[in-house]
Amino acid sequence: MSALVEIRDLWIEGRSDEDWSPIINGASLTLNKGEVLGLIGESGAGKSTLGLAAMGFTRDGVRISKGSVKFDGIGLIAASAAKKRELLGKRIAYVAQSAAASFNPAHKLIDQHTEGPVQHGVMSRAESMKDGIELYRRLRLPNPDQIGFRYPHQVSGGQLQRAMTAMAMSCRPDLIIFDEPTTALDVTTQIEVLASIRDIVEQFDTAAIYITHDLAVVAQMADRIKVLLKGDEVEEADTRTMLAQPKEEYTKSLWAVRAFERPQKPAVHTGATPVVSVQNVSAAYGKVPVLHDVSFDIHEGRTVAVVGESGSGKSTTARCITGLLPPTKGVIEFDGKALPANYKSRSKDQLRQAQMIYQMADTALNPRTSIGDIIGRPVQFYMGLTGKQKRRRVEELLDEIELPAAQYIDRLPSELSGGQKQRIGIARALAAEPKFIICDEVTSALDQLVAEGILKLLARLQDDLKLSYMFITHDLATVKAIADEVVVMKDGEVVEQGPKHDMFVPPHHPYTDLLLSSVPEMDPDWLTNLLNERGVDNIGDAAVDKMT
Amino acid sequence: MQSVIRIILQRLALGLLTLFVVSIVIFTAVNMLPGDFAQAILGQGATPEAVEAIRRDLGLDQPPITRYFQWLGSAVQGDLGNSFAQANFASFVGADSGVRTTVAQQIAPRFANTMFLAAVTACIAVPVSLLLGILAALFRNSVFDRATNVTTLTSISSPEFFLAYVLILFLAVLNPVLPSLSNIFEGMSFSERLEKTLLPALTLTLVVTAHMMRMTRAAIINLLASPYIEMARLKGISPMRVIVKHALPNALAPIINVIALNLAYLITGVVVVEVVFVYPGIGQLFVDSVKIRDIPVVQACCLIFAAAYILLNLLADILSILSNPRLRHPK
Amino acid sequence: MTTLLTLALILVAIAAGGWVLRFAGQKATGNAPAFRDMPFAVAFGYVLGACLLMFSVWYFFQPTTTKSGVPNAGVVFFRWAVQFFIISAIAAFLFRALGRMVGTRGTKKMFRQMPLTASFGVLVVILYALTAIFAAWLAPHGQEEVFAKVNVLPGGNAATGGDPLHPLGTDQIGRDLLSRLIYGAQNTVGIAFVTTCLAFFLGGSLGFLAATLQGWLDQVLSRAVDVLMAIPSLIFALLLMTIASAWAGSERWLLTVYMIIIIAVIDSTRVFRLARAVGLNIVVMDYIEAAKLRGEGLGYLIFREILPNATAPLLAEFGLRFCFVFLTIASLSFLGVGIQPPLADWGTMVRDSAQFINFAAFSPLTAALPLLAAGAIALLTVGVNFVVDWMLHRSSGLKE
Repeated sequence: MSALVEIRDLWIEGRSDEDWSPIINGASLTLNKGEVLGLIGESGAGKSTLGLAAMGFTRDGVRISKGSVKFDGIGLIAASAAKKRELLGKRIAYVAQSAAASFNPAHKLIDQHTEGPVQHGVMSRAESMKDGIELYRRLRLPNPDQIGFRYPHQVSGGQLQRAMTAMAMSCRPDLIIFDEPTTALDVTTQIEVLASIRDIVEQFDTAAIYITHDLAVVAQMADRIKVLLKGDEVEEADTRTMLAQPKEEYTKSLWAVRAFERPQKPAVHTGATPVVSVQNVSAAYGKVPVLHDVSFDIHEGRTVAVVGESGSGKSTTARCITGLLPPTKGVIEFDGKALPANYKSRSKDQLRQAQMIYQMADTALNPRTSIGDIIGRPVQFYMGLTGKQKRRRVEELLDEIELPAAQYIDRLPSELSGGQKQRIGIARALAAEPKFIICDEVTSALDQLVAEGILKLLARLQDDLKLSYMFITHDLATVKAIADEVVVMKDGEVVEQGPKHDMFVPPHHPYTDLLLSSVPEMDPDWLTNLLNERGVDNIGDAAVDKMT
Repeated sequence: MQSVIRIILQRLALGLLTLFVVSIVIFTAVNMLPGDFAQAILGQGATPEAVEAIRRDLGLDQPPITRYFQWLGSAVQGDLGNSFAQANFASFVGADSGVRTTVAQQIAPRFANTMFLAAVTACIAVPVSLLLGILAALFRNSVFDRATNVTTLTSISSPEFFLAYVLILFLAVLNPVLPSLSNIFEGMSFSERLEKTLLPALTLTLVVTAHMMRMTRAAIINLLASPYIEMARLKGISPMRVIVKHALPNALAPIINVIALNLAYLITGVVVVEVVFVYPGIGQLFVDSVKIRDIPVVQACCLIFAAAYILLNLLADILSILSNPRLRHPK
Repeated sequence: MTTLLTLALILVAIAAGGWVLRFAGQKATGNAPAFRDMPFAVAFGYVLGACLLMFSVWYFFQPTTTKSGVPNAGVVFFRWAVQFFIISAIAAFLFRALGRMVGTRGTKKMFRQMPLTASFGVLVVILYALTAIFAAWLAPHGQEEVFAKVNVLPGGNAATGGDPLHPLGTDQIGRDLLSRLIYGAQNTVGIAFVTTCLAFFLGGSLGFLAATLQGWLDQVLSRAVDVLMAIPSLIFALLLMTIASAWAGSERWLLTVYMIIIIAVIDSTRVFRLARAVGLNIVVMDYIEAAKLRGEGLGYLIFREILPNATAPLLAEFGLRFCFVFLTIASLSFLGVGIQPPLADWGTMVRDSAQFINFAAFSPLTAALPLLAAGAIALLTVGVNFVVDWMLHRSSGLKE
């Protein structure tokens, strides 16, 4: 049997500034009918580019310089534009990362669904419509008869992602490329999308290339896994083999990240004054209430992780603590003394004591200011140091975050990598010599290895400087790695809180349980087991709805 | 649908309010005329009676607020006051003979002429610019795209009178195809009228087509980078269909806006072109009145221009609200 | 009717030519992708372009005078246009080549990425600036100097009513037109520049203030700007100029000052909108939040955090605004209510010499006079727009 997709020694380049730089260096890939291949790698590994190249498609500013791509024996690189159009959508389909952005906002879902079959002459509009509704049903979309007649903005993210899978299936293609289809979703939503994608691919015996950066996800979906690093192939193996015995160092290090965990610190002795105490705080944006009666304490040298999905109010809590959003009710105490609600009424010293590190290092650093000035400003502003003293302090801080001062002090943020930028953000917070730092999703925009480095740095700084952290995150692996105590939030309320080791051992509050069990594990049977255990109707949004 | 109606009503109210405030601004501006304005306009040799007549006509003997509401009240009823101009100043200097034309009488036929010019221009410019814009977006970065880019940029940047004289040079003087003067009068046949209007209309077309075409192109190209366009291409849809079916519906709002803006420009910005071609429109009347400081006419023209401008922007606003599926179909 | 029919026939012929081109190309190159994937419209475009080019070349080499000795004005103008085009292209190319060799690493890189249009624009802007600054040295005579000979025709040839002393001739009261054209650069460009700076200072500072402080100040300013922008700018300017002229009375220089203020205020509304929008985009950035939470004052926020990040869009806007102001002033002058005599100014020159265009058939040089002044205006705005277009394209990061 000949392979469905055969890529041989493919080289791809992207335009950068004036010349072309390599994206993929001689990748080869074979995919048989009905097989699912997982493409895994960190950002910049070229996995999306390779996935699109398997469709004979390159984005603007990207070109294939060498190699061959064959789909069912047809050479895609040499094929005419018309010939490729004939294959795309009909025999090869694509599911994009963000369904909300990839559906045309101007047309109804079903109209977009039927466009492919009608244009390719596979089905009439009426047939395709009927078929679409059937596919919606199989993908377990609520209200399959009506949901297609809505506009994309009227449908939730997880549902849209399934509708897009249905659209990809509309012509019954031989191959579907899934490009990070669940990355933008919350864990509880992700799981039902994964389950329905896996089912439908199996039902129609469709071959698929599943692109993701999440090992645990790919373990559920793929028969074989291929690991990419900066455009180079690292290794490829059967899923179970790859999980059990990775060969290459890089793969092993990827696997190892998941194992990082700081030991649980002993409980704080009762009666100690917490550094920050959030007491019965409620808050609202305009008239819309977002926080209800939130209370928790953060002690010296401890990390409190605030966990929740998007919209749970965890960032709003941080805004209340910093004073950007004065609460409607309740107080924030710092070292036992109440802080003024609005940051404008706080003293310079109060402001200095609580610092913040942001999720997106790109927007957190002024792109027009050099690293030296970014870190130097709080040094000068709070400590009054100038000239040589200031520079020496900045150099110390750069040492502290493990960046060679001489090399980085005059650079602009744009000349740094994502992880380095995040380190500068940490140094800026440290420059104020605070007692307490809010870390707002500081690792979620970073690759796993880089994120681990940041977490380790934060842990070391905490031990050295007796810092207290409030760690906002949606990622339970991060919680496991760094937290001492955990606060679980949902819809603006604290659902459960306590020491970390208690949180990861049952019994839990049902929501915590759902959250925990929805996090994919590195076991290829995890999803199957979970579905067997709970039933298809007890995962994802359905489960959340049942609970409330 | 309810919310759309509410938003549209809000916009309408806002438009009316803006017009009201604009009328105050115009009125206040005119009231900033120096006190001896009546004297100045008639010169040193004027008789006190004549000065008094103008002062009375401007209502300078009454408090500003009373005057404003009198002016606004009659303006709403279509009475824009009396012009200083066509009436012989002698009638002021001597006894008031009462043979002054009203502003409305002067403006009405000219307004119709200007609308005709604007309509002719719009009929040529809108389809041409949409077509060129779509073509340029489709063949972006080609020789065609670059050539249109340079040409349109040049024609946008040139002052209208430069374009007008170049056109006169080539189409009226060197190759006498079209008349260089637009002496339009009542009772002309439509084709004659069209012929006389064509040259100013072509000048305006050059200016607005360039602008509209560039905006159409930019609006479409802006969207071509969005994921749903990539999705459409990956569904194997043909390039023309991608643009017409997937990009255009989403580019409607900016395109409608730029068309409205240019139509507004056609009605208000025609001043220079009308002067060049001696086209008897409202713009030329306005400039003439500015020169002889015929205040009532200036005031009235200003109000009409502002009203047209606000109205068109309002229309564009409403149309782009209607073109937005998020507003048309709320959650 | 016959013209329409001919036109239709030509179009059909070109369409057929396009089809033949594509077909021949496919056969000749063994179906190379360039011809295989060529849409019909593109083939049509190529043939149309080729036809236009051939026609232009043919027309260019027509004799400039007919057999009876009458100048063939169409050809003359066409040759001037083509020659001007070619010279500008060469000048822009040489200028860019120079820029690639001289200067710092940054400017060299800039010139390497620059399209020809942009380098042409930069060259034009530099030339205008030099002319404006050194007008007094460049001009052969003073701008207000009156000579005995009035209405000297351009060309400098005594046989055709010219005078070598006045290459472009003199106007109806005997002022040297070349000198007035050169001084026009100083007056028109200078006044427009001052006005734009004023508009930027006003609109920019208020816009950033509104974006940073928000709240009621923002509301009041924004609503006021909405109202002012609801009156078309040229109309509003004309209305205010009427009033200003009543205030200025016989002091004509005062009217010019009023004009600067009026246009600056009207234009500052547009600057305000942009500055506010740009400011609002920056204010939501986390580094601004970080600075606020540090306890920084308003001055630091605006000057150290916001302004450095707003320079690129503001600079582009400055170019656009300058063009707009420049055209508004030229239009006002053209209408007779702008820059007042005796100051030399291009808009007024166009108006004064407009009727010469009717002499085109006999004396192309004379007819070129109004076009020269209008063209001087157009050239600068075109140049600035070329530069701005490139800057916007670059900052938008569009690779397409």
